[in-house]
Amino acid sequence: MKATSPLGSLASHFVLLSLLAIGGANAVIPELHRVAVDQNHWLTNSQFVDLFAIAQAVPGPNVLIVTLIGWHVAGVPGAFVATAAMCAPSCLLTYGVHRAWHRFYLSRIRLLLQRALVPVAVGLVVASGFVLTQAAALDWKYVAVSLATALVAFGTKWNPLWLLAAAAVLGAAGWL
Amino acid sequence: MAEITVDNTTISSAGAVSLRELFAGFFQIAISGFGGVLPWARRMIVEQRAWLDDAEFNEMLSLCQLLPGPNVLNLGICVGARFQGWRGSVVACFALIALPFCLVIGAGMLYVKYGDLTIVRGVMAGVSAAAAGLVIAMGAKMARTGIHGLRGAAVAAAGFTAVAVLRWPIGWVLLGLIPVSLVLALAFKK
Repeated sequence: MKATSPLGSLASHFVLLSLLAIGGANAVIPELHRVAVDQNHWLTNSQFVDLFAIAQAVPGPNVLIVTLIGWHVAGVPGAFVATAAMCAPSCLLTYGVHRAWHRFYLSRIRLLLQRALVPVAVGLVVASGFVLTQAAALDWKYVAVSLATALVAFGTKWNPLWLLAAAAVLGAAGWL
Repeated sequence: MAEITVDNTTISSAGAVSLRELFAGFFQIAISGFGGVLPWARRMIVEQRAWLDDAEFNEMLSLCQLLPGPNVLNLGICVGARFQGWRGSVVACFALIALPFCLVIGAGMLYVKYGDLTIVRGVMAGVSAAAAGLVIAMGAKMARTGIHGLRGAAVAAAGFTAVAVLRWPIGWVLLGLIPVSLVLALAFKK
């Protein structure tokens, strides 16, 4: 058993990704897809979108998709390692920055960083949505469901769970 | 900016919230947060428990969204540290992740067991498409509040193209895009 190899591989990928996730875990979906599906063949495309759907349907932080990928690759230890690797570096960074927070509270540097990084995060998150839509699109009807969900979620304050439930009903009834 | 408060003048001071309360509060956030935890975080921290006032919460949140990593965990780090130092950070993050971690693995087990049933396949395909739409909506909401001019729109479009269309690795994209975005932010006021 090469027990250390998948865990080490998970850890090394997600440690780096943790510090690249500007905009949160949902900003790095294309990279997760690249690493897990194209590069390492941990998952098929359809498994990837299924796991993402499960992660969204369970309450909790968006990082759960990483938990599921780790679990799929190496069971519960894999889930632990992947989640810890994805969380620890960014958490340590945040802790460090928070302690220095007062010194650059509202300073020009922070405002500059904010003006520069928010558009980057927007680009990454929309890219994630695009890649997921493409990956989930078995035919045009699925694209329609994605876009309709995006429009309703953008335009209303409804609980997103209702939108997921509506899509589940459509899927279960075989209308898609 | 008159509405900004510094630490020693806000409604709660360090130590005002115990480790137990931190755990309970962030646990509540974790289990309420379907498809996006941050709105629930504001509700719990500002409205229900009044740990922070609106101004301090917004400042903290903008820091947490600026830094890489899961935003709500960053928020747990900051709020925990604010009241109980590093122990507070650890407790808040544990409360956020522990139960969802178990739930998602349980759901994964069900998926492995029943994932091949026709009706489950249909449900998963539908939910996947909707979940993708939720991410697009999240990006659009971020753009609505965070992008005000051509500069921001151009940076966002470049990042989108590099990652979604060209499928370049995100590390290289950020290495190129962040310096450019910083220079543009310095050069243009908008």
